[in-house]
Amino acid sequence: MRPFQYLQPATLADVIVAQREAPSAVPATFLAGGTTLIDLMKLGVMQPERVVDLRLAGSDFAQIRFDGATLRLGAFARMAEVADHPVVAASFPVIAQSLSLAASPQLRNMATLGGNVLQRTRCAYFRDPTWAACNKRTPGSGCAAVDGANRQHAVLGTSSQCIATYHGDFAQALMALDASVVLGGPAGTRTIPFAALHRLPGNTPHVETTLHPGEIILDFVIPAGPWASRSLYLKIRDRQSYEYAVASAAVAVAMNGDVVADARIALGGLAAVPWRAHEAEAILRDAVLDEATATRAAEASFAAAVPQSHNAFKIALGRDTLVRALLQAASMEVRHD
Amino acid sequence: MTDTLFPAATGTMGQPERRYEAREKVTGSAAYASDVKLARTAHAYLVTSSIGRGRLQSFDLTAARALPGVIDILTHETIGDEIRQTPSIYGGGYMADTLRPLGSAEIAHWGQPVAMVVAETYEAAREAANLVVVSYAAEVAPVAGMGSSVATGQALDPMGFAVGDFDTAYRTANVTVDANYTTPAQHQNPMELFATQCVWEAGRLTVHEPSQYVNNVKFGLAAQLGLDPSRIRVISTYVGGAFGAKGFLTHRTALVAVAARRIGRPVKLVPTRAQGFTVSGYRAETRHHVQLAATQDGRLTALRHEGWEVTSRADTVAMGAVSMTARLYACPNITARVNVVAADRSTPGFMRAPGEMPYAFAMETALDELAHKLQMDPVALRRVNDTQTEPVGGLPYTSRSLMLCFDTAAAAFGWQGRPSEPATMRDGDWQVGWGCATAFYPTHAGNSAARVRLSADGRVHVESAGHELGQGMYTMMAQVAAEELGVPIAQVTVALGDTDLPPAVVAGGSSSTASVAPAIMAACDAIRRRLGIATGVPADVMPAMEASGLGTIEEFTEVRAHGTAPDSLRGLYRGMALPAGGVHLPDRVQFALGAQFVEVRVHRRTREIRVPRVIGAFAAGRIINPRTAHGQLVGGMIWGIGSALHEHSEIDTRNASYINANLADYLVPVNADVADVQAIMVEEEDRLVNRAGVKGVGEIGVVGVAAAISNAIFHATGIRVRDLPIRIEHLM
Ligand SMILES: Cc1cc2nc3c(=O)[nH]c(=O)nc-3n(C[C@H](O)[C@H](O)[C@H](O)COP(=O)(O)OP(=O)(O)OC[C@H]3O[C@@H](n4cnc5c(N)ncnc54)[C@H](O)[C@@H]3O)c2cc1C
Ligand code: SF4
Repeated sequence: MRPFQYLQPATLADVIVAQREAPSAVPATFLAGGTTLIDLMKLGVMQPERVVDLRLAGSDFAQIRFDGATLRLGAFARMAEVADHPVVAASFPVIAQSLSLAASPQLRNMATLGGNVLQRTRCAYFRDPTWAACNKRTPGSGCAAVDGANRQHAVLGTSSQCIATYHGDFAQALMALDASVVLGGPAGTRTIPFAALHRLPGNTPHVETTLHPGEIILDFVIPAGPWASRSLYLKIRDRQSYEYAVASAAVAVAMNGDVVADARIALGGLAAVPWRAHEAEAILRDAVLDEATATRAAEASFAAAVPQSHNAFKIALGRDTLVRALLQAASMEVRHD
Repeated sequence: MTDTLFPAATGTMGQPERRYEAREKVTGSAAYASDVKLARTAHAYLVTSSIGRGRLQSFDLTAARALPGVIDILTHETIGDEIRQTPSIYGGGYMADTLRPLGSAEIAHWGQPVAMVVAETYEAAREAANLVVVSYAAEVAPVAGMGSSVATGQALDPMGFAVGDFDTAYRTANVTVDANYTTPAQHQNPMELFATQCVWEAGRLTVHEPSQYVNNVKFGLAAQLGLDPSRIRVISTYVGGAFGAKGFLTHRTALVAVAARRIGRPVKLVPTRAQGFTVSGYRAETRHHVQLAATQDGRLTALRHEGWEVTSRADTVAMGAVSMTARLYACPNITARVNVVAADRSTPGFMRAPGEMPYAFAMETALDELAHKLQMDPVALRRVNDTQTEPVGGLPYTSRSLMLCFDTAAAAFGWQGRPSEPATMRDGDWQVGWGCATAFYPTHAGNSAARVRLSADGRVHVESAGHELGQGMYTMMAQVAAEELGVPIAQVTVALGDTDLPPAVVAGGSSSTASVAPAIMAACDAIRRRLGIATGVPADVMPAMEASGLGTIEEFTEVRAHGTAPDSLRGLYRGMALPAGGVHLPDRVQFALGAQFVEVRVHRRTREIRVPRVIGAFAAGRIINPRTAHGQLVGGMIWGIGSALHEHSEIDTRNASYINANLADYLVPVNADVADVQAIMVEEEDRLVNRAGVKGVGEIGVVGVAAAISNAIFHATGIRVRDLPIRIEHLM
């Protein structure tokens, strides 16, 4: 671990001051739960010069609030608190499940929602700096994964420059529920759709988000809707717990009898960024949700999939995961109140 | 102990006594090697090779040396020849491999230590290690493993054998099976890392290191450093899991000892989890070709098992367990062969059930394939071929309760009525399957010594340099002494894991209890003899002790195990007490045996594999402590689940590196993967194996589970998977 400057401002205003007074032009790196950042610092993958610990300043943004129309989740709420929150579990099951199926209890007690959506890929070549070729770590250096072990890599949204998977689970729930994200920074506060937060790798896989320098995630805003209560997160993996998804699906469906009034779908473990499956949604809308439609919808989601040498099975598995999730959602007992 | 069929014993032995060191472990006061606090300790950090084959060209140590707190940096250029070249255990020495630590510029494998930084703090040492710039010359691509190079494997003729005429029998048989199987590289990953602390005081070296063989470390280090062994003490009071990884001397120990001598301070090294993948040996990947032939009623007429194992270029290491798979069932025509494929990898070694796990996976899956072809129940197939005489040399089993295990486990499992056709059982969206396999483990014992002291107040103290790896050695040795001398177990204290104690066998090959218990029994005999009491049977010695008027009686005894060479007791005092037995005896074969039954579920769409039930019944001679034995057997069976579905050290062939060398990506079963796992201990008395009648339970639980799972997956889905680990993509 390289020596670095460590600051723990007491308020968000102090965070902005601390950044303005920074001795170097390099923007500060924020620390929340630290379960991604400290890990990558120890591996020498992230080498920040200044770490700004947000845990004090962010404590105002750790609440869970539901006013009947929108759910607001503070970016500094811990994964465990949100997963266990009764309102979240009852009215937004996909959120609770995406969090409780992630990582381990110890990690969920440490990790924050803001840090969670910004977690970095588990690509083995990204995590080990002795591999010279990694465009995400060292722009222009190449990609060691293309000819390497890439079973866990993505089949959707990749580029010739980077085939890494975005592994987070919670982000899929946010994608499916059309969440937006409130950001605060030196230039004030702004709100953007969550879907606009992550950037496809393209030719710049090292630029992962649309955050402006110094911007902090403050809140996630999730609109309630008839689909939210009929929602679930299905996570498929090699062992039953404490593993990233090999494939996952976040689905939220509003039903009108047997017919789909509205469907929202995101796919995890399969794509370079949190991945909304709009094609599948279009096929499902106004259709009877049965095995045949679910299969057609799932096939449409993977029409543009590109397999790598070790992960071709993920296309079929992704399809099957989505079909299973949709049929499970259709058969959910949902309370109407 | 609700799942224990073992009858309540009358003496102290056989009771589920509570763990001797339970309080220390639960409260955290048990000091493992890295917990030992030494004044003025300096901290070391390894730099390891990032290439798989080549040479070190140069080091740039400028930045590392300039870092505040850095004290010393060892490389092959700076260390001089303080460490001598010594042979590996395969060449009659002590080392886990034959490479000399920091011995030259040659890179034999990825992860090879190339430098060690010593600094005031762990953080400074790690940072300096990151600042060491290593230049390599890597002209030739490494051979990463077996690849498709099986054809170039080298046959190990002494491990092969044949009886009868396999070719003719196979050619003319009614029913045959011919299949290939593979198992991956796997690493033991004990919770406790490979810590080492060394301190020199007045020319004497003390080493704190988790070890399965403290005397191997002592005598090996003496040879490496050119020291009189009497000046070295190795202490390993507790070991946080070993599983074969801590059996023999690795490079790190001499490096830490040399560093501590150079700087005149204690030095502590705790290699990282990732570095642990190449610190010690591991289970190398294997390939198997099995051919079976049988009559229509299932009697085996021909059996051929050929194995290939990856080894390093420096050492030829092969587990070669065809010696066991070929001896399990009656069969007149047998051929067995073992080959190695040399790769640019670190030297493989021992991992819990080293050869038994992979070779059993191949043979026991092949038998299931045969049962299916014969339309025969897999248990019935084992029954038809059961034997009390091994078929290769015609030697008797000392005892063999295999079918009793099968019948006991089958009844507990509810095997009867299992549909023979695959893919016929369903529970909602889950396909359900049942499979079984034989578990076996050779019974070993090695030479050991013990000292027992009886005091007039009824206290007993037992000493032996055996090892507590978590298996319950302290507890069991206390039980043995308590029963032999007729004192309450609470009055017995035990000291283990220290070279100052009477020497004992390596804690390997499931031999610890079978080796050290007889030594304690012999010492108790000596005490009884001093008191004029009949030897050979447990007795309450206290009345005679009181009558004698003696304050204490202390007796030291050494015991030579059956099958060891007559002059092998000398090896006991030179760190060379290795287990003997199993299939390597002139007069008999010795095995613990068992039967594993599993239920699997495979989701009909997404193909995840779940294992809701595992039931094993084991006959392993005398069970000294059903509580600790239960822990060993259930733990072994959970390892078996991991060996079938999870554990896989993934190799990037470009530099022959492990790319999942961390516990997030190297999967082992977690609690959620382990549902109902039951171990049944079948009563078995075997007075031949050793005086304690103990066969050992440390490893047998692993054996057979992978085959039982693959057989159950076939039963659930109709898909036969012959490659481990079995994963989602195999069933799509
Ligand atoms: C072994 C292991 C297994 C895991 N398994 C899973 C899994 O199955 N599923 C899953 O989804 N995740 C998994 N994770 C990832 C884990 O959920 C994330 O590490 C965690 O959520 C990150 O949150 P944190 O608060 O610790 O973030 P930190 O490590 O503190 O920060 C992560 C990144 O986000 C930035 N950051 C943090 N908060 C903010 C903010 N408010 N505004 C702007 N930037 C911010 C930091 O600068 C940093 O770059 C696993 C992690 C580990 C170590
Ligand atoms: S896939 Fe992306 S993260 Fe992985 S090595 Fe290639 S560029 Fe780096």
